[in-house]
Amino acid sequence: MTTKIIFMLLEGIGGTLYMTLLSTLFAYLIGLPLGILTVITGRNGIKPCRKLNMVLGWIVNIGRSIPFIILIVALIPFTKFVIGRTIGPTAAIVPLVIAAAPFIARLVEQSLEELDSGIVEAAKTMGASNWQIIYKVLLPEAIPSLIRGGSITTITLIGYSAMAGCVGAGGLGDIAIRYGYHRYQSDIMIITIILLVIIVQVIQCIFNLAANKIDKRNR
Amino acid sequence: MIEITGLTKVFGADGSIRALDNINLSIADRDIFGVIGMSGAGKSTLLRCIALLEQPTAGTISIDGQPVQGLKNAALIKMRREIGVIFQGYNLLMQRTVIKNVMFPLEIGRMPKEAALKRAMELLELVGLSDKAQAYPSQLSGGQKQRVAIARALAVKPKLLLCDEPTSALDSLTTRSILDLLKEINKELGVTILIITHEIGVVRAICNRVAVIDNSNLIEMGETSEVLEHPKSDITRLLLGQTQGGDR
Repeated sequence: MTTKIIFMLLEGIGGTLYMTLLSTLFAYLIGLPLGILTVITGRNGIKPCRKLNMVLGWIVNIGRSIPFIILIVALIPFTKFVIGRTIGPTAAIVPLVIAAAPFIARLVEQSLEELDSGIVEAAKTMGASNWQIIYKVLLPEAIPSLIRGGSITTITLIGYSAMAGCVGAGGLGDIAIRYGYHRYQSDIMIITIILLVIIVQVIQCIFNLAANKIDKRNR
Repeated sequence: MIEITGLTKVFGADGSIRALDNINLSIADRDIFGVIGMSGAGKSTLLRCIALLEQPTAGTISIDGQPVQGLKNAALIKMRREIGVIFQGYNLLMQRTVIKNVMFPLEIGRMPKEAALKRAMELLELVGLSDKAQAYPSQLSGGQKQRVAIARALAVKPKLLLCDEPTSALDSLTTRSILDLLKEINKELGVTILIITHEIGVVRAICNRVAVIDNSNLIEMGETSEVLEHPKSDITRLLLGQTQGGDR
């Protein structure tokens, strides 16, 4: 293997991690509030509001029903408006964030819904305001579950970033498509697959360790 | 301490489920009052109304001379802070240490941290768990968890402590020790206690007065000894185990 190829693969790893981590971060900025809002406006939430809850449900479902490869293409004008161009890892972050935010909203919703409703009840009887219930009860109690959700999001985004690769986003997916598919160089494709598997394993491992360390329920 | 008149609560959009029907009762200061009934009788709804978790459909509730039905926002939150509540399922925060659980109501009431810590330590002393301050709830037994919940409920120095089936998840020995603790709290701190239960043993052990609720109605009420020795209704006899239940 030439140094040129090794350098290219390293750059690919960098591109994949750059796209995945940055888009996970930005997507949480949208998805986390969206998920919290869905839970608190729900029928058994602390501030039920049927209309807002339905609208949120629609937004999340619409976002989740568009296949990612189509979303990338459909968002090209928007991406160009936000980033100024449509090619490269930074441009790929726009569709990645928009695809991941509703996904995260659902995961956050699930993490919060699975908490024992008794703890919210108890906080209410102690005179906690709705804000206090959110940031002192719901979020801290759900943290281990939210972290586990974070690993699902990050790994899903690695897969998405590979798809973004085929419209010139860079990263390992881009390399696999260009060499493995267009040039029939299966060896390079296999290497990128192995690298992706390793990245996924490492990320899963880090998140699991963090979740288990933080969770005080299993001591 | 508590005056309830004509309390009615219906659920469902069409008001089809009548959980409480015209309940009248009063609980004296420093009393230990029991409300007993079968599951589904409406006793938990009664507690939830007094704890300001449910708005009554009709009737009035006054606590310490102050009407509490219809309170909203800041006034509601303020009133809730003056009542302690403990639950069958303890409802502790699993990601917080014992001491942080006890400090929780003080924290949300914005008490300075040092004062809150001092107060919480006193309470853990009171419930006999000073050595568990840094433990997490998952490391405690059921009885210990309920002690932490009691300490937490007492943190804000409430005059009223509401207990929703506080011992129903505990074995008989632990039940005994929790009931003794409640009795001690009533005596030492002068806290009025209302206990909701389906166990006649709980009433017998610590309640001065008792009300029997069945099918959303208050069936009988009086001194515990009087009600237990001369039950006037079938349901009371049933709860006492004096008649066969049959197909109720």
